[in-house]
Amino acid sequence: MQLIACPWCGPREEIEFSYGGQAAVAYPADPASLSDEQWARFVFFRDNPKGPFAERWVHSAGCRRWFGAVRDTRTYEFLSVGPLSATTARTSVLPEATP
Amino acid sequence: MSRIEGYGRIDRSRHVTVTVDGAAYTGHPGDSLASVLLAHDARPANTGVKLGRPRGIGASWTEDPTGLVQVEEPFPEPMLLATTVEATDGLVARGVNGQGRLSEVPDLARYDRLHTHCDVLVIGAGPAGLVAARTAARRGDDVVLVDDRPTAGGTLTGTETIDGRPSLDVVDEIVAELTTSPNVTHLQRTTAFGHYDDGFVLALERRTSHTDDGGLARRSRQRVHRIRAARIVVAAGAIERPIVLEDNDRPGIMLAASARDFLHRYGVLAGREVVVFTSDDAAYAAAVDLHDAGASVQVLDARATAPTLWSRRCADRGIAVTANTHVHGTRGEDRITAALVGPERREVACDLLLTSGGWNPTAHLFSHVGGRLAYDPSLGAFRPAAPRPGVEVIGAADGTFGLADILRQAGGVGAPPANEEPRDPTAVLWRTDGDPTRQFVDIQRDATVADIARAVGAGMTSVEHVKRYTTIGTAHDQGKTSGVIASGITAELLGRPVEDLGTTTFRPPYTPVAFAALAGRERGDLFDPVRTTPIHDRHVAAGAEFEDVGQWKRARHYPHPGENMTDAVLRECAAVRTSVGIMDASTLGKIDVRGPDAAVLLDRLYTNMMSSLKVGRVRYGVMCGNDGMVFDDGTVLRLADDRFLVTTTTGNAAAVLDWMEEWLQTEWPELRVRLTSVTEQWSIFAVAGPRSRDVVGAVFADLDVSNEAFGFMTWHDTALDGVPVRLARISFSGELAFEVSVSAWYAPAVWARLLEAGRDHGITPYGTETMHVLRAEKGYPIIGQDTDGTVSPHDLGMAWAVSKKKPDFVGRRSFGRPQNQDPLRKQLVSLLPTDAATKLPEGSQIVRFADDGRLPAPPVPMLGHVTSSYHSAALDRPFALALVKGGRERIGEVVGVPVAGELVPALIGETVLVDPEGARRDG
Amino acid sequence: MADTSMLVRHPLETRRTLLAELSAELDGVALELEAPLAAVDLRLDPAGPGPAAVAEVAGGPLPPQPDTWTGLAAGQALRLGPDEWLLTSAAARPEDWEFGLDEAAAPFGGAAVDVSAQRTTVRVRGASARPLLASGCAIDLRPASFPRGRCAQTLLGQAGVLLVALADDDLQLFVRPSFAGYVVDWLVDAAQEFRRPS
Repeated sequence: MQLIACPWCGPREEIEFSYGGQAAVAYPADPASLSDEQWARFVFFRDNPKGPFAERWVHSAGCRRWFGAVRDTRTYEFLSVGPLSATTARTSVLPEATP
Repeated sequence: MSRIEGYGRIDRSRHVTVTVDGAAYTGHPGDSLASVLLAHDARPANTGVKLGRPRGIGASWTEDPTGLVQVEEPFPEPMLLATTVEATDGLVARGVNGQGRLSEVPDLARYDRLHTHCDVLVIGAGPAGLVAARTAARRGDDVVLVDDRPTAGGTLTGTETIDGRPSLDVVDEIVAELTTSPNVTHLQRTTAFGHYDDGFVLALERRTSHTDDGGLARRSRQRVHRIRAARIVVAAGAIERPIVLEDNDRPGIMLAASARDFLHRYGVLAGREVVVFTSDDAAYAAAVDLHDAGASVQVLDARATAPTLWSRRCADRGIAVTANTHVHGTRGEDRITAALVGPERREVACDLLLTSGGWNPTAHLFSHVGGRLAYDPSLGAFRPAAPRPGVEVIGAADGTFGLADILRQAGGVGAPPANEEPRDPTAVLWRTDGDPTRQFVDIQRDATVADIARAVGAGMTSVEHVKRYTTIGTAHDQGKTSGVIASGITAELLGRPVEDLGTTTFRPPYTPVAFAALAGRERGDLFDPVRTTPIHDRHVAAGAEFEDVGQWKRARHYPHPGENMTDAVLRECAAVRTSVGIMDASTLGKIDVRGPDAAVLLDRLYTNMMSSLKVGRVRYGVMCGNDGMVFDDGTVLRLADDRFLVTTTTGNAAAVLDWMEEWLQTEWPELRVRLTSVTEQWSIFAVAGPRSRDVVGAVFADLDVSNEAFGFMTWHDTALDGVPVRLARISFSGELAFEVSVSAWYAPAVWARLLEAGRDHGITPYGTETMHVLRAEKGYPIIGQDTDGTVSPHDLGMAWAVSKKKPDFVGRRSFGRPQNQDPLRKQLVSLLPTDAATKLPEGSQIVRFADDGRLPAPPVPMLGHVTSSYHSAALDRPFALALVKGGRERIGEVVGVPVAGELVPALIGETVLVDPEGARRDG
Repeated sequence: MADTSMLVRHPLETRRTLLAELSAELDGVALELEAPLAAVDLRLDPAGPGPAAVAEVAGGPLPPQPDTWTGLAAGQALRLGPDEWLLTSAAARPEDWEFGLDEAAAPFGGAAVDVSAQRTTVRVRGASARPLLASGCAIDLRPASFPRGRCAQTLLGQAGVLLVALADDDLQLFVRPSFAGYVVDWLVDAAQEFRRPS
């Protein structure tokens, strides 16, 4: 049972968290202007890197706050976690702070 | 009898009787089942799994590959090792033929978990672990020390000297110090069986195996300790490695140190005529001790020269030592009678053959978390290579074997001293020459050198592949004795160095763990949380049958005596359509949406427009995912300009709140909106039927409930004895209906008052099944029943709920994709079986109807499937809802539904079957 | 004839006697139902003057640290998240508690929502209170890590709980009423370990 450090509540067991997928996937400013393929890419396609990956997580069983994390997909290790910035949200979520 | 006076740590003043294979044996507290049997020169009547050859007891603890028993009393358990079963009075067991039998009676014992956090976890209470634990405890750390055997001390026999005293006295002293330290938790009979990320170790404590009451009274029988440690010290010792030889599976063949353990721990001499075959020094201690206890012993050392010191000790006792000699095979039937020695296979009579090929560090717990093991040619074994943060491996588990070295490694300068014993290097010897089809590598799997050769011959070059091909290392001992040997022999056959080949990965559990222990408290009534509404006991008292909706128990129907579900539901439906019914809808999800931008958020998340909803009014709304498929539906009440109350389906309450929070927190944090779950704050009762106005009007006399003052899809606040109550004209049945909302504190009283007020109208409590029928008659879909994540609002015939004015909302863009425009998409329609009698099973496929009533030849063209199907009281016939390809174009068409081998014709129709004009809902 | 009086009772009232009887047979653990309290969920920007303004109405300061609680005149202020608190009162009526706090928070963009019936409380006392909870709760409950003044939203068994440390041997569990039966059944089962030898 891995520990995940909620930026607010501190380290908790992973069962308290939910995964929110890749960070920095912004909802398109004007979906109507996208081609079907561009829209499908936004809805269905995500990166799947081997190594550090910027992700979104939420502390579902705790404070219910979303936060950003960089996790190594090879080792599951959380390299950093930090709050989602109020202005950048999904669009650029690479957190700087490590607790 | 092979019980030797003056040896062992058993309590000889008391007796226990165990029964094995029908025969009774007496032993003593402190005995294992195996030691009792050996004391009586007996063995369990067990045989190998594939070849049926007889098997005995091959070791003294968890590494024994052969001595499996089925325990029958006190509680049936399959496939336990006789060496690890503590002898208790009344224990009944029998040998197994390689396979056990699960219990057929329920297990009444308790199993539980305990979470423990500590600074240091020490695994193993041998000399290394004890000293490490004491050192940490004296430093003030919170320490947990676990050890799998009944008593501390590890492999110490009591013959060693530590700090100038008998080793076990020092063990007792350290244990006493740990026991009195408030910051130490010391657990024996506790096996650390898995090591996971972030300092997490699972350990199984056997809490009643040594007591007579079976633990049914109070204590949990077994406990899984979930230990989170800042630092982990693995001091798990080492396991002796056998030498593979022809017919090495016979009863009477044992690891050398195990025979010594049987002697010193249990006072049992495992044989009288003993041949010790070794390539390592440690087996000499067994030879000497067994000799001193009365056995006739000779030592055959595979190494070119025997170790000097041990040779002298043997010579002093008249123990013959022959160097540079191999055992090539054995003779015997039910028990070994001779070892075949030397190339000429000379028969040397014996009743016990001990083998020792050196020691394998027990680094499993290091390997579980990805710790890398590297081959050490001086040990003929794999040991921890690179360190891992937070994990230390010490003592024999790290490949340190001298007692003095072990103590130093564990305790540094403060460690108690022990005599330095010279050790000659181990010679690596995986096997001797012989018939590979009878050289057993994994005795419990009956897997031989020939099987490895076959794997290699089939082209396998990885030990992981060889393991899976031969099954070596996959049985209860998980390769404790066979793993390294399999690597070694595979390497030999491939002509490659074993260090290149590596070893298979160790995975949890280290020893077998019962599912009951893993389940812990989560079984029976506590298997999954059961959620109940504030008036659950009223439903119980009213005789409700319940159904599970997510974790909720919801009243499904309220059968009267003699009624089945169909009868009850027809009666409840009729009551709602003709008079009045009442349903507990408290499980609906409820979200309070506050803030200046509340309407903006809802406009973006619902397909319909919510910002245009006026205060005091209610609107039905649909939510879709980005893919344009329906995710949830519910009603939205506008409480104020900046405040809405959103309801969700019961099953999706948490998911919808999470969904809204996700958008709010991660995508639109600039929106000034606050979301609060009030699902359990408000209880909701649906009062439905032509007489509902009379009932509600009687209870809430202050409120004008006329259609003019209280119109459909509006809400009003009132009070009952000063308690705020909200009423809304919402109907999920198509009848005149009110939803009554009140703080859950007052739910029982309000429910009772509504029932009382409705008594003269025959108010009928109705359950979810009735609600399903009533809504289906009106064509209202249930999300998750009539939809499956591939259904759009348009497919449901709900284009009216999709705003054309809003520039965007979640899911909108997907509606424009060609796939969403396909006229052959499955659409929701009704189905009326033309015989007006058959209730079509939900989930049934729908095919084109053939006039002869037979299924067409495969491939049968599928048109869709039945999603909901009921008997209708209002229609006096069965009906169904279905998703059908191009369904709306097919209205009026007859299709076929296979039921019990026959094709039942059914007419496709509009979804609304009762009161299509909607006249009834206004009363 | 069912009771139609608008009395407020603990959702597990019918189990009160059972818990008292069980507690009498336990060593170092007592389980008890707490009286229902008025409670609001307060959402408010923690920076700025909002918390101070709310504190005046609440009857005490809001806890500035994550996962901590402070005492109010007639209740508690429990911090649930960066901008979220649970404020309880044993004295106020729920609708008044909501109205007053909402009025105080609104000028600062905050909101208070009545959640009095959204949670119910079980008290776990005694020297073995923490070991009992540790059989189902994964967070570090050692008094040094979870001292008086701390609170945490976490899991007990499979139910979400708000766990509050009142003292080393005195803890509160706030739980959703729908889960309360499960949680109490779970506690009763776990408490069997602590039965006095008969």
